[in-house]
Amino acid sequence: MIELGITALLLVVGVIFGTRAQKKHIAQLDAREAALSHMVVTNLKTVPEGLGQPILVTGSVVIAFDYFRRFIAGIVMFVGGNISMFEVMLDRARREALIRLMEQADAAGAREVHNVRFEFSRVGSSAQQGKIGGGAELLAYGTAVR
Amino acid sequence: MILSNTETVPGYTITRNIGLVQGNTVRAKHVGRDLMAGLKNIVGGELRGYTELLEDARKEATSRMVADAEAKGANAIVNIRFSTSAITAGASELYVYGTGVVLG
Repeated sequence: MIELGITALLLVVGVIFGTRAQKKHIAQLDAREAALSHMVVTNLKTVPEGLGQPILVTGSVVIAFDYFRRFIAGIVMFVGGNISMFEVMLDRARREALIRLMEQADAAGAREVHNVRFEFSRVGSSAQQGKIGGGAELLAYGTAVR
Repeated sequence: MILSNTETVPGYTITRNIGLVQGNTVRAKHVGRDLMAGLKNIVGGELRGYTELLEDARKEATSRMVADAEAKGANAIVNIRFSTSAITAGASELYVYGTGVVLG
């Protein structure tokens, strides 16, 4: 009974704070993306000539797979289908990583980033057991030029 | 040292291929950071401590790759790729590799 109570409490805390943080984060992402709208970002392999010496830039973020999402995912896995909660979470993390990459390029005086690649890897204590738990790192890297 | 993840460097010609250069590092998190991560596992969001840890580790791996390239006589590294893998619970390997070249 106590265990059930703890589970319910963790879920409620997760929903309230998680949703609030998500709204705030998405608004923040929109603003930062707008501020960096002058940058050209592509995943093309070739960099245009005559733009000076290239700089390797990276942006990364480690996100937690939280309790509430794990719980919902567990339920959805019975019936299959989209887990839109994870879609939104991964999308947020990827945007954050890309914005950090763009900010690093911007600070170095670059206006274009080419050959952008994304990497995903599991980190943390649950990464080995193949469970949804712990966290994941999203890394974006590319070549910045002026 | 010019670093790029593209196959060629615009405005330069590759006069010599040195070959594969690489750097790696394995990092474990410490208890304090893991405690915070445990809390974050309830509400979700970014694990800032881990982000910093992995950024640091990636810089270390990159500087080892640069040292490798310098020792082999390269003045640039092209086609750089990053990879991260969890090797045991709580430790990750950061690996970075590329092709060392001499630019003319």
